[in-house]
Formats: sequence, C-alpha cells, structure tokens
Amino acid sequence: MNLQVDGKKAFAYAAAHEFEPAKPTVVFLHGAGLDHSWWGLQSRYFGYHGRNVLALDLPGHGRSEGPPIGTIEAMAAWVKKILDEKRIAAAALVGHSMGALVALEFAARYPEQAERIALIGVGYPMKVTDAFLEAAKRNDPTAYDMSTIWGHAPQVPLGANPNPGMWMYGDTLARLGRLAPGVLHSALAACNAYDGGIEAAGKLRCPVLFILGGRDVMTPARNAEALIKAIKAPARVQVRTSGHSLMAEAPDATLDALVEFIQ
Amino acid sequence: MSGPKYPGFDTLALHAGQSPDPATGARAVPVYQTTSYVFRDSAHAASLFNMERAGHVYSRISNPTVAVLEERVAALEGGVGAIATASGQAALHLAIATLMDAGSHIVASTALYGGSHNLLGYTLKRFGIETTFVSPRDPENFRREIKASTRLLFGETLGNPGLDVLDIPAVSRVAHEAGLPLLVDSTFTTPYLMKPFEHGADLLYHSATKFLGGHGIAIGGVLVDSGRFDWEKSGKFPQLTAPYAGFHGMDFEEESGTRAFLLRARREGLRDFGACMAPMTAFQILQGIETLHLRMPRHVESTRKIVAFLSRHSSVQSVVFPELEGHPDNKIAKRLLPLGCGAVFTFDIKGGRDAGRRFIESLRVFSHLANVGDAKSLVIHPASTTHYRMTDEDLKKAGIGPGTIRLSIGLEDPQDLIDDLDRSLKASQR
Repeated sequence: MNLQVDGKKAFAYAAAHEFEPAKPTVVFLHGAGLDHSWWGLQSRYFGYHGRNVLALDLPGHGRSEGPPIGTIEAMAAWVKKILDEKRIAAAALVGHSMGALVALEFAARYPEQAERIALIGVGYPMKVTDAFLEAAKRNDPTAYDMSTIWGHAPQVPLGANPNPGMWMYGDTLARLGRLAPGVLHSALAACNAYDGGIEAAGKLRCPVLFILGGRDVMTPARNAEALIKAIKAPARVQVRTSGHSLMAEAPDATLDALVEFIQ
Repeated sequence: MSGPKYPGFDTLALHAGQSPDPATGARAVPVYQTTSYVFRDSAHAASLFNMERAGHVYSRISNPTVAVLEERVAALEGGVGAIATASGQAALHLAIATLMDAGSHIVASTALYGGSHNLLGYTLKRFGIETTFVSPRDPENFRREIKASTRLLFGETLGNPGLDVLDIPAVSRVAHEAGLPLLVDSTFTTPYLMKPFEHGADLLYHSATKFLGGHGIAIGGVLVDSGRFDWEKSGKFPQLTAPYAGFHGMDFEEESGTRAFLLRARREGLRDFGACMAPMTAFQILQGIETLHLRMPRHVESTRKIVAFLSRHSSVQSVVFPELEGHPDNKIAKRLLPLGCGAVFTFDIKGGRDAGRRFIESLRVFSHLANVGDAKSLVIHPASTTHYRMTDEDLKKAGIGPGTIRLSIGLEDPQDLIDDLDRSLKASQR
C-alpha cells in the first residue's frame, strides 16, 4: 500500500488486503536498517485473521522514500500521520527494537490512538556502542556485520533456521546491503539518543506486552527491566533460546504471544 | 561486547543449518524419511499453507533433512537461502523457470556443460525461451547480445571442459547495467575455492553430485540466491514483483524482499515442476560437505602435480589449466581463484582420436565415466560422451578438440595417478 506523508512516498505492507475502516488495525514497526518484510509471517497472519495490517517501512527503509528520520519522537509523529491519513482512531502497535521505542513514544504521546502496544527485543536506554555508530557513520560494512551478528542469538549461525532453507545471517546482510548510505547510522543514532523512555513508560494507559529474547546480545532482556518497572502491569514473554531477531528466530512463539495479546 | 566474528568456513561446513535433533538429541543430521508432517490442529494447518507460520507440509516443498543441506550451502556461499533439487540440471531449470516466460531470452557462455547446452540450445527453445551463446573471454560479448527480452546472463565459474575462467566482476557489471541478474554454475569451484556472490554474481547453483558430495553416490543440485538483486528496481521481472494468481495474488518481492526469488522458486517451482531432492540424498551430500574443506586442498595439490607432469610429457600436445602461464585466463584465475583452479582439466594427446582411445583403455586407477568431482580419479573423452550432441563447430567454440581428454583428479596417492598416466600415455603412442 503506497501512502504519502509530507509529500513523500511511504509504504505499508497490507497482506494483499484492501484497508477496511470497520476492521481493527495492527501497525508493525521494524528495527534499524530493516523493513516491513521482517514481519513476514506475523503480519501476514493478522492480515488473514480479521485485521487491517500496516507493516510500515520507516522513511529511508524498504520502499519508503528518504531521508531517514533522526529521532524516535519524530518517527512517532510520522506514524501518527499515517494513522490520521487512514482515519484510524486506534490501533495495536507492534514494534521491534527501534520500532519498539517508536511504539512506546507513540503510545505516550497519542494515548487515544494506541489501543495496545507490543514491544519486542527492546531495551532502555538503547545505547549503541561507539564502534558500531562510527562504522555506520562511515557506511563501513563492519556496521552490517555488527548488526547481523549481534542481531541474532550466538547459536544462530550454527543452528537451524525455522524457515526451511534460509540462512538468517545472509538474509540480514542482504537487507542491510540495500540501504542507502547513512540510513543505518541515522537509525542507530536515534536509538542511542532517545532519552524519553521512562517518561513515556510512565504515561502509558494501554496494555503493554514485552517479548524478549533470552539470548539477545543487542538488547539483553535485562535491559528492558527499567521500562517494565515504569509500566503498570505489563505482560511479559521471554523466549529463552531466541536472540534479538525474535520474529525470525522464534516466529511461532512470537506470533503466539502476539495473537494472545491482540486477538 | 567483543567485535563481530563470523564462524569460519570449516565450522560452517560441519554445523550450519543443524541444531541437535530436538526430539532425540541426535548429533548427526537425522534422515527425515517422511513425505508429510502432522498438523497441530486445523488452524495450524491453514497457517502453514498460507505462509503465516514457518514449517514443513509436504516433502516436495521442504523437508527437515533437505533444509539442513540448503541452509548449509547458503551459509558457505553467503546467500540468503537455497533450494536443493533433484540434480544440478533441475537447479538450472528451476532458476530459469522462476524468472522467465515464453518469449524470454538468455545470454549464455559457450563454455558450458553439455547438458546445460542441450537445455538452453534445444529444449528450452520448444518452450519459447531462446539463448544466444557467446565466448566468455570478453565480457563485452555478453553486452552485445542483450536485447529487450533478455532476462538472464549465465556462465560457469570454470567453463566445462575448456576451463575458461568467467570474469564474474566484469560480466556482473554488464548484467547489472542492463538491469539483469547473473547466474553462475559454481560446480567446479565449490564455495571453498570461490564465492561468486563476493564477486558480483546474483544467483548460483551447484551440481552437488560433484565436489560437494565428493563420493559419487548421490545425484543432486542446489540453487542459491544472494538476495542482492533488486527485482523491483530492475522492473523486468513481473514474476516476482506483481500479484500472482497462482499463489493467492502474492507479490513475492513485496511479501519477502530479499527472499522473493527463493519464495517463488519453492512455492511454485518445487510445487509444480516437482524436481525436489530426496532426504537420503541430502544426508549423503551433507556427509561430503562436512569434509569439503579438507578434500579441496588435496584435490588442488594433486592436480597441480599432475598438470606439471603432463606439461612436460613427450606424448602430450598441450595441457589446458588456468594456473598455467600460457592459459588465456591465467591473470583472471590468479585474481578470482587464488586457492586453486580446481581438479578438473583437459589435455590433448599426441596422435588424436585413436591415441586418446588407447590411452583411456590403458588406465587402471582412473575410471572412464561421465562424472567429475569424485574422490576417485576420473577420465572422459568429451567429444564422444558429454558433448557428443554438439557440432564440430560448437565443439571448437567450447574449446574441445577430437583428441581432448578430460581428467578429474581424485584423492588417491598422486604418485599412483602419475604412474597410471605415464604408463597409459606410453601405451597410447604404440
């Protein structure tokens, strides 16, 4: 689904369905350097089970026109423009990593439009190492290596992919390889600079679900504790064997948790 | 956090794609000799069919043992994924059938395996897919034959049997400037000697029957996608970028981005053409891959000794091997194949066709058969076997003479191989 935001092309995967205003909507928000297809299995499920799906490509990512947006707050405002354009009164938001920060900030700023939020592979503060940021700033391929290796559980390269025949590292590297220069750095810098997480968490009025990977190297599960403590009665699912890329590493567990939370 | 580090080739060759069996703890890859898989309930079944959940439905589409092989080869090649097929030829057909319709056109190297030449030059013509063959020595030859209907450039990393080294960086530039992907047959080099994706190829396949298996007991192929070709940007592949009625209106590129090609190849190609790999075959090829990094250096080392021996033998007219200074692709070989040019090469025997026949029939250690890449050393006379359908003119274009002998050097004691060759060369001149 092609959209326009501030005169620029934006894309949302809608699981081959027309948007129906009468249906409830689930918005998916990807992480730094990724795109809507990262949610392939989960977004497709909701699209075929009674929901409108908007799996967004954030600006500069996937099929959405750049430039990338430099702050989490501005990304949340951009998401609101999409919801407003589609006249969506309230939606469930599902965010991964950077996308989880965007969902958190969105729900704090626009509580009436956040029916519920699921935060996957999230930590706060989402600090990015200097080496990672510097490599991304130089558009150095080692930034893609860091994103790939730290973005999966340590056993992933030596284990089986739940998606038959696919090589998770190769898939991640291929996606990152399609990014325009500067996009990954912009996204990482936005995560690194975001300092409104605790304040946002304190403002939440909607149900919140955390889905965390027990072997997450990028945002270890313990790094979500500050947010969890700041939120009244959050739900939590920890997938013991998964790393940061829960949608790919543990697609069924992730989907099951989302279905229970959203449906 | 320490710096990022990928597992080495040797480790991936042994482990990629397999976790110890969750049901039994088996460390070796189990052979899942099953056609189908029990659904948890009706909703689970529907989700699997509609691609809302990952998993196996029917072994023509995917199988847990075959999936280990696919993921392992993808890991060794640096691709996004792979599909194992019934043979290398099935892999080539799957790639073409996924990307093309009747009316499409391919520009291919003349230096191809005879079976590939048959498929492109004769069989696919019946289905409306035309091929123009060009000498791979000059990448500009590919550019000159590209037309509006062209959808693919194709060559072999090491041409069979003339051992032309495809200048993948240059040919891929030609392909990409025209919005086309480059497919390479990487059978002769294996990911141990060369990773074509690192040089610009977009798709590759192996006849896994050869060095990947290495034992000569199983026929199979593997098609691998780099995930780097942007089908949407190219605009020439509605098969991947427009809704497809044959799969619930799916736009494969929109659905899966980097996985679009493999998604359609598996969900349509394996579903409808059905040239899947059997689980036992995948298991057997996996046994070979576990020692690929040990076997290939030995293949190369022995080949170099034998090439040196033949190059100075009085009964040998010429030896064709890219590592030799006189080979026209020697410089490209040094650049793209620093670990070696494999273990298959040709030589021309003095005395032509009759001498060649006497030579082959005198060999004791080498086996006369139509294969390469076995642990055992092999010999064949291409003009009367693998390339027998080709005209003399086409043979010449492929760098084959009537007295050309092709050797595939195995893992025997190299001195035994040299002695066998020496004795048979002498016999050939009588």
